[in-house]
Amino acid sequence: MSKAIDKISSTAVPLNQENIDTDQIIPARFLKVTSRDGFGENLFRDWRYNSDNTPKKDFVLNNPTYHGKILVGGKNFGCGSSREHAAWAIKDAGFDVVVSSFFADIFKNNALNNFLLPVTVSDEFLEKIFAAIEKDPETVIAVDLATQTISLPADNDPAKAGSASEKFDINNYKKTCLLNGYDDIDYLLSIRGEIEKFEHTLI
Amino acid sequence: MPKTIFEKIWDRHVVRTIEGGPSVLYIDKHLIHEVTSPQAFKGLENRGVEVFRPKQIVATADHNVPTINQHLPIKEELSRIQVQQLVDNCKKHHVELYGLGHPYQGIVHVIGPELGITQPGMTIVCGDSHTSTHGAFGAIAFGIGTSEVEMVMATQCLLQSKPKLMRINVDGDLHNGVLSKDIILYIIAQISASGATGYFVEYAGSAIRNLSMEGRMTICNMSIEMGARGGMIAPDETTFAYLKGRPFAPQGAEWDKKLDYWKTLYSDKDARFDKEINIDAANIEPMITYGTNPGMGIGVTGHIPAQNEIDEKEQPAYMKSLTYMGLQAGASIKGKKVDYVFIGSCTNSRIEDLRLVASFVKGRKKADHVEVWIVPGSKQVEQQAIEEGIDKVFEAAGFNLRQPGCSACLAMNEDKIPAGKYCISTSNRNFEGRQGPNARTLLASPLTAAAAAITGEVTDIRELI
Ligand code: SF4
Repeated sequence: MSKAIDKISSTAVPLNQENIDTDQIIPARFLKVTSRDGFGENLFRDWRYNSDNTPKKDFVLNNPTYHGKILVGGKNFGCGSSREHAAWAIKDAGFDVVVSSFFADIFKNNALNNFLLPVTVSDEFLEKIFAAIEKDPETVIAVDLATQTISLPADNDPAKAGSASEKFDINNYKKTCLLNGYDDIDYLLSIRGEIEKFEHTLI
Repeated sequence: MPKTIFEKIWDRHVVRTIEGGPSVLYIDKHLIHEVTSPQAFKGLENRGVEVFRPKQIVATADHNVPTINQHLPIKEELSRIQVQQLVDNCKKHHVELYGLGHPYQGIVHVIGPELGITQPGMTIVCGDSHTSTHGAFGAIAFGIGTSEVEMVMATQCLLQSKPKLMRINVDGDLHNGVLSKDIILYIIAQISASGATGYFVEYAGSAIRNLSMEGRMTICNMSIEMGARGGMIAPDETTFAYLKGRPFAPQGAEWDKKLDYWKTLYSDKDARFDKEINIDAANIEPMITYGTNPGMGIGVTGHIPAQNEIDEKEQPAYMKSLTYMGLQAGASIKGKKVDYVFIGSCTNSRIEDLRLVASFVKGRKKADHVEVWIVPGSKQVEQQAIEEGIDKVFEAAGFNLRQPGCSACLAMNEDKIPAGKYCISTSNRNFEGRQGPNARTLLASPLTAAAAAITGEVTDIRELI
């Protein structure tokens, strides 16, 4: 099902808006299915389509100029409902990385559990990414999990060189999981014996 | 070393900590519902793993259920299948289900506390962000995603990093007509919809202490709306009195033993918080939201911020939000005509909410153009409302008392607010489309919502009581 993540280089889709909540990412009325598949179709449904199901021309996902495996969103991405369907929908629509300057906690965990890499950058770097994509939609962003870096193509202006890359945080355990394609359940199942012992210590 | 209440509970539940990584946290109670559990059951089956501790799971059907004619088969096919899937999964995996037709059925965050399942000192999770509600009892309670639901089913544990801790002190006396819902809407308006991301919040101070358990639940419920992982309140006599005698509360010697433990659950005097915020209760007036995130709230007599009062960078999103809402920057909100009133959701659908609304509307009638839905949080709340004659009060006022469920809080069932219409709602989220595509939500307290039901417009409840 899930697969390891290492290096991803791709153009990106910019969604320059703060507080994008999971109700927008996938509206509740699409949560009735009992499988994990096919949610990509309804990703950002009400931003993407009119009520008569015709695409809204001005929405970025309907604009062929922007494409790629990286979704770049504004601050506080994924707030609101805990629905993991939001992470499934983004992954299902072909994204491997989401970049923002701030992720809501539950969304971040859900993304990690689905091998969708949430990359948290500084506000300044986020603006730089949006500006670069606006200038050239074919800008390729490189994400390297092993070195925990995200980079824009080197700037021609030597005065600015070196500023086009930033380190991002991820805890070591999760990093190992993502690099190797392990998931938390495998790990937890491997210590079930210890958990059973622990239960006796609780009142 | 002095500890916060959070740390006291957390430390007791850590099975082990991974070097440079998260801790394995043991979970006492796991609540599940029809929307976020099917994929978890399926995942478990695909792995060939059994549910580890089925007795520590409680299930209910709430998100997707109709709120009229619950005795009939659910009309909408996908909803019916999803609810049936929960029935099948619970049966197969020996999980207790309070489904449709059961006297304990209701919104997951309403039934946990009212049945005494939620207790101080516990770790509680549910595949739903408003699990924070249960923190009102002095428990560590938080929402999780479906993969995590599967983890807890498989091992009764989760991998969690310890969050930062924030304490919000609300001191002083509340003005007449100001409810706990107004406190939390005020806090979120102060610190914004992302102001507590990465934190677990403890609410303290005299104004919090003076609240009933219902009032405390309303506050903890909306912790997630400012980005917090969860919220909690130290248990006290109010908590113990609420719990005593509930169906799943401990009894006899077990009660005494638990009580001794519960009494140790408070933040020590010199316990350290990463952040502390102080709020004067006297500054809080009845609140209402005007925008599309819960941080966009103002006092009911206030005005919607003018464009130039907003940070320049945020102006485009701000104006977009007002366009969606059909409201003018700089305008006042009082007097705005509303079309629907929704009193329900895990924030405000408990018996205390219904009683309060009933005592206000008694002898009054709703405005002609307004549709009013009262959706009790559980079968028990519904039953109690009928026993107390509250249903008659609503009927006389022209309010429509429905059957329990999440209803128009997320509009996953048939209870949708039509496009473009204004709904004053006691729920917790005013996101675009939350109550139906293009519906416009104004969040408020049950009293402010009831006042709007009577006058047909946004009203200052203080003028009517
Ligand atoms: S009432 Fe609303 S917020 Fe509460 S659990 Fe149901 S859908 Fe979620």
